[in-house]
Amino acid sequence: MGGFYAAVVVRGFRRFATYRVATAAGVFTNTVFGLIISYSYIALWDQRPHLGGYTEAQALTYVWVGQGLLAAMAQMGGGFETEMMERINSGAIAVDLYRPADLQGWWLAADLGRAAFQLLGRGVVPIACGALVFDLALPASPLVWLLFAAAVALGTVVSFAIRFLVGLSAFWLLDGAGVVQMTWIVGLFFSGMLLPLNAFPGALGDIAQALPWSAMLQVPADVLLQRRHGADALLALAFEAGWAAVLLAAGRLLQGVATRRVVVHGG
Amino acid sequence: MAESAARTRATPAAERTPGAVAESVRAYRLVVGMWMRSTMAYRASFVMTALGNLAATALDFVTIVLMFSHIHALGGFTLPEIALLYGTASTSFGLADLLAGSLDRLGERVRDGTFDTLLLRPAPVLAQVAADRFALRRLGRVTQGVLVLGWSLPRVDVHWTVVNVALLPVTLLAGAAIFCAVFVAGGAFQFWAGDAAQVQNSVTYGGATLLQYPPGIFSRELLRGVTFVVPLAFVNWLPCLRMLGRPDPLGLPGWVDFAGVPVALLCCALAGVVWRAGVRSYRSTGS
Repeated sequence: MGGFYAAVVVRGFRRFATYRVATAAGVFTNTVFGLIISYSYIALWDQRPHLGGYTEAQALTYVWVGQGLLAAMAQMGGGFETEMMERINSGAIAVDLYRPADLQGWWLAADLGRAAFQLLGRGVVPIACGALVFDLALPASPLVWLLFAAAVALGTVVSFAIRFLVGLSAFWLLDGAGVVQMTWIVGLFFSGMLLPLNAFPGALGDIAQALPWSAMLQVPADVLLQRRHGADALLALAFEAGWAAVLLAAGRLLQGVATRRVVVHGG
Repeated sequence: MAESAARTRATPAAERTPGAVAESVRAYRLVVGMWMRSTMAYRASFVMTALGNLAATALDFVTIVLMFSHIHALGGFTLPEIALLYGTASTSFGLADLLAGSLDRLGERVRDGTFDTLLLRPAPVLAQVAADRFALRRLGRVTQGVLVLGWSLPRVDVHWTVVNVALLPVTLLAGAAIFCAVFVAGGAFQFWAGDAAQVQNSVTYGGATLLQYPPGIFSRELLRGVTFVVPLAFVNWLPCLRMLGRPDPLGLPGWVDFAGVPVALLCCALAGVVWRAGVRSYRSTGS
């Protein structure tokens, strides 16, 4: 059974690897946005040199890590949820439920494959471009990179688990476009993509750091920047794993309720 | 068949007559009307997406406000001054996105061959593509831009001379026209590279983000690029710097601050040429 889901992961990877021009176009756009945001952060950190505990180099690293993770975390769409909603609307979901594969497991495997490709295809080049133009605070220790990789992997699962709940909402709503859009907005804001959460003022920052979206950027970035190191880095990973478990369980529960609503008509 | 249709459609003389313009506007309004009725079939979803659109764009501004919880000036600009830049950029871009934003989905139609259907219809192609899947929810961005602009106007230190008062609406419209030209050129580009649709996002959405910040914080190479290559600086930077009485970091002569309208017209003309070349080069998938 593990081999089956591994095969779905590989196919998910290959499916997205097919679109090379689109990937190059995405890399270009991420790089342009990285440039624009970098200059605005330079102006900001010029006024407040240690804002949120980051140096300017750390803030710039944060920008480029964010651009590198944007596609992998499917923060602006491109994930499976729209496809799943279409299948729910068209009724094709009945075929999926009839298959000898678990619905959540299938989509999780496919989405992890996608994320793995987009991490390599759309993550590496923007960060390299950023490192060419600006002085970035990238760590030398392989252990830190390993912890970062674990944080990103867990962040991807959290991202999936949230989008799975969003996708299931199509069982109740006829047109899920509104929910998908709301999810993007909340995700972009609370992951720290627009501004690092540690630069949010007061209680808003504390709340944002405790919410699951922080696993998509703030937590992995803090591990990479060694703002969270040693035992604290492990605590950060445990935080992500906790949210992943809670959200996956919620998805499983909702999936049970939703599939009981499915009525398959003959013909 | 598609090819011959493309030839008749791209006949320049027929499209330059006033009758052809009226025909385009009529076709555009018909298609837009159809999509609006279709949108209103799912009213709850429309309300959510329109509010979502407003909230999504508002978050950009919230980010800037959060930045200002730590600082008093960014790149030498106060919050109301940045709000002026933000409001003008957002309103212009929002209008262009509403009117012509659908052009960024042209690649899909080229890929799956449904562009043939548009060529066969007795209506101007550009009008059809621009109105295709018209999304009324994009009013959210315009509304938000106008609100921020309205908030900034009484708070910025501008001498409201006749010139400055006239410059503001002209700037908003010329800016919208420049962004529309970018959408048309970007759409035409997808005839050649349908999969690369994302590239134009870096000029449209990226441009709108860029123009929210004072030009002084960016590198000179970037400023030259958005002045002379893709003339986004004319959307709001140059006229706003004039209104605020601030120097332009590139040190261009003063009259360029008023060049928005001619630049917009030039952009539209160039976009039209690129669009025609794109339509002419279109080859149906044949399926």
